[in-house]
Amino acid sequence: MTAHSRPKFLSLLKIKLPLTGVVSILHRISGVLLVLSLPIIISLFDQSLQGPAGFQTSASFIAQPVTLIIAVALIWAVAHHFFAGFRFLLFDLDMAVTKSKARFAATLVLLASMILTVYMVWWWFK
Amino acid sequence: MNMRAGGIRPWVVQRVSASFMLFYIIAFFVALLLNAPLDAQSWRAWYQNPLVNVATMLFWVALLLHAWVGVRDVIMDYVSHTGMRFLSLAFAATYLAAMGLWVFRVLILVSA
Repeated sequence: MTAHSRPKFLSLLKIKLPLTGVVSILHRISGVLLVLSLPIIISLFDQSLQGPAGFQTSASFIAQPVTLIIAVALIWAVAHHFFAGFRFLLFDLDMAVTKSKARFAATLVLLASMILTVYMVWWWFK
Repeated sequence: MNMRAGGIRPWVVQRVSASFMLFYIIAFFVALLLNAPLDAQSWRAWYQNPLVNVATMLFWVALLLHAWVGVRDVIMDYVSHTGMRFLSLAFAATYLAAMGLWVFRVLILVSA
């Protein structure tokens, strides 16, 4: 095999991740997203505990349509990180470690986080 | 601080903190579904409850340890320049420490 015919796996456009790999990278992306959102989350938490006026300010901030985009992203990030992390903890207990079970669990993680996101957004803005 | 990044200890920290947060989040949502504190007074009273207050502090300790191991791993994976990596790690540690002190200030002041 010549050097030229070697496959280049490091091109992000050429990498085709399996479903389990998608869950894995999304776990990392959602984790970074959550760390970056800490100032927003803590400031809302801080403000919401500052009596009725602060609570009202936080509540009306959350109820804004523009906030919906951030809220959806963060709710999804929590849900995905939660379910994918739970799946990794199961692996540590030697559960679902076969290829087919790991794939099935990955599908469940993606579905569960999407369903929970839709439900939470509905609950939040109903 | 242990400057030799990596090894079994962060791995254990990541799993122990994750397990605690798992239970806290489930308990939080069960409490929210049973009796949602959806006005200013009950929301404050909820966090003034010593059990909730201390459990929430523990949650944030777990979250910060968990975030530190995660961010540390991400930085070690993608920032290959030694100086930049050191700066990134120092910035991340300062950022997380600030977040932690802020949320502890909030949780202590709410019960004062």
